[in-house]
Amino acid sequence: MQPAVETKSLTRVFHPKKKKEGKSVTALDSVDLTVERGELFGLLGPNGAGKTTMLKILSTLLLPTKGTAHVAGYDVAKDFYEVRRRINMISGGEISGYGLLTVRENLWMFSQFYGIRNEIAFRRIDEMLELFGMTDKKNEKVRTLSTGQRQKMNVIRGFVTDPEIIFLDEPTLGLDVNASRVIRSYIVDWVRKKDANRTVLLTTHYMAEADELCDRIAIIDGGKILACDTPKNLKKLVRMNRTFKLDVTLMQDKSSLGSIKGVENFTFIDDSEKELTSLKFVLTDESAVSDIVSLVLGRGAKILSLQKTEPTLEDVFIKMVGRGFE
Amino acid sequence: MTETWLLRNLRAVRGRAYPRIVGANRELSWVFFDVTLPLLTVAAYAYIYKFMNAPSELIGFVILGGAMTAFWLNILWSMASQLYWEKETGNLSLFMIAPISRMSILAGMAVGGLFFTTLRAASTMIIGVVVFGIALDMSQPLMLISVFVVTMIALYGMGMMFASLYLMFGREAYHVSNLMTEPIYLASGFYFPVKLLGFWAAAGASIIPITLGLDALRQLFYPVTGTQYQFLSADIELAILAVLCLVFILLSKLSLDYMEKLGKQTGRLTLRWQ
Repeated sequence: MQPAVETKSLTRVFHPKKKKEGKSVTALDSVDLTVERGELFGLLGPNGAGKTTMLKILSTLLLPTKGTAHVAGYDVAKDFYEVRRRINMISGGEISGYGLLTVRENLWMFSQFYGIRNEIAFRRIDEMLELFGMTDKKNEKVRTLSTGQRQKMNVIRGFVTDPEIIFLDEPTLGLDVNASRVIRSYIVDWVRKKDANRTVLLTTHYMAEADELCDRIAIIDGGKILACDTPKNLKKLVRMNRTFKLDVTLMQDKSSLGSIKGVENFTFIDDSEKELTSLKFVLTDESAVSDIVSLVLGRGAKILSLQKTEPTLEDVFIKMVGRGFE
Repeated sequence: MTETWLLRNLRAVRGRAYPRIVGANRELSWVFFDVTLPLLTVAAYAYIYKFMNAPSELIGFVILGGAMTAFWLNILWSMASQLYWEKETGNLSLFMIAPISRMSILAGMAVGGLFFTTLRAASTMIIGVVVFGIALDMSQPLMLISVFVVTMIALYGMGMMFASLYLMFGREAYHVSNLMTEPIYLASGFYFPVKLLGFWAAAGASIIPITLGLDALRQLFYPVTGTQYQFLSADIELAILAVLCLVFILLSKLSLDYMEKLGKQTGRLTLRWQ
């Protein structure tokens, strides 16, 4: 069976409408990627990394500038109709549909674009509304829904057509913990359904979401794939190094912390409300800790806690990209 | 073309027509904005004709024209701008990734818009006829239906073409809509027989299907006065309208294909800020 997704030297360049409006932007730069059937695959990267462009090409909304992309064995540029029959897409923060229609009517309308018979469409819609705890909302007008309810409806819209491959572009963006949990849980159950051979390609910039959900993850930045492996193997890339988290009283001057010998990467978050600075170090040499402590104390800050942490995807990302998401 | 493909597209037409057929009638404010307000314009013209002791058929002309303005406004402000709004709300990309012909989406919009507007136009027409006590000749029902149906297909074909063009031109297209409202009321003879503009002006205005459709309907509803003021005979107008149907539907398909190609090349289909 053909892979769910296969790209070769996939490149996408956006040109400005007029030359004076700026330079061309290379959103994807010679990307080679294979996603096997049955995988829950994550594309992890910051805003502007090229994740959404990748999904737009795979879902036939954009043409590649160079290279090829195949979905379910079909070329997205030439056999786009065959691709469309097999896919669907959901984006976070999407406001699709019509506010005057009810939730059930909206979902039915979108199912009609896939030619689904009424009895099948309504059965699936009702089942999914039940699963998402939205049955009581089915006859409510869409414009009355909360953001979370609306996103749940969007997720149902994407899955109700029973695609072979679904593209999820930041599906939990801006949602509260409960709504995100319901959606994540559904995605995992859907892709793991026995013999269904379903594939999910998920883009996110939530590291924990990618870690929790994905079989494999590709880290993308500047239009290039920097690493692609299972979350476990990706974390091994930074296992040789040590990650330390240091909470100190609010520290204004953090200069030269990153240049201490043995420090490979250094990030920090200031919380002025709690009067706290969280420092995070990836060290190649643990003896650097004493130099860090000395420097922190020398700047007049008090150490509140010191923790040695297991590597996270964020550490992997920082190692690969050389900076955090923020 | 397989049966499955055809069925899928017919279902898509039904699906896209639904929000306009059902959803748009859920708020009863349309009775005021889409029926009562146009009736006020019609009444103004009707009283001018009354004041001038013009034949009552001319008041019928105005009522018919007033009812037809609903279709023209629907084309300009709903049909033509709809794809642009669908892009802004994020629906367009969902339409585009669906395994259907894009013409089915436009056809659904047209069918829904036609139903929605016919309801409003018929209300204006009925109330106008009752209030001003105007008689209508219904002796040629088949011809009446043919002219109305062919006019609407040509008109909504034009609207489908506009939808793609407006999407390509973005917000600028709103100026076109503004420019095409009152001037077309004048050029197409919504409130008077278009013949009065002279042959060449009327011929130029005939590119808007409603010009010929309205002239033909007036001839059919008012055989004596309508024929006296006719631009061309109703038969010829019907034939021209049939040609316009084909032309506009073909042009709408071509412009839609071009718009999709351009969108996929430049990203303008899916990127809201472009």
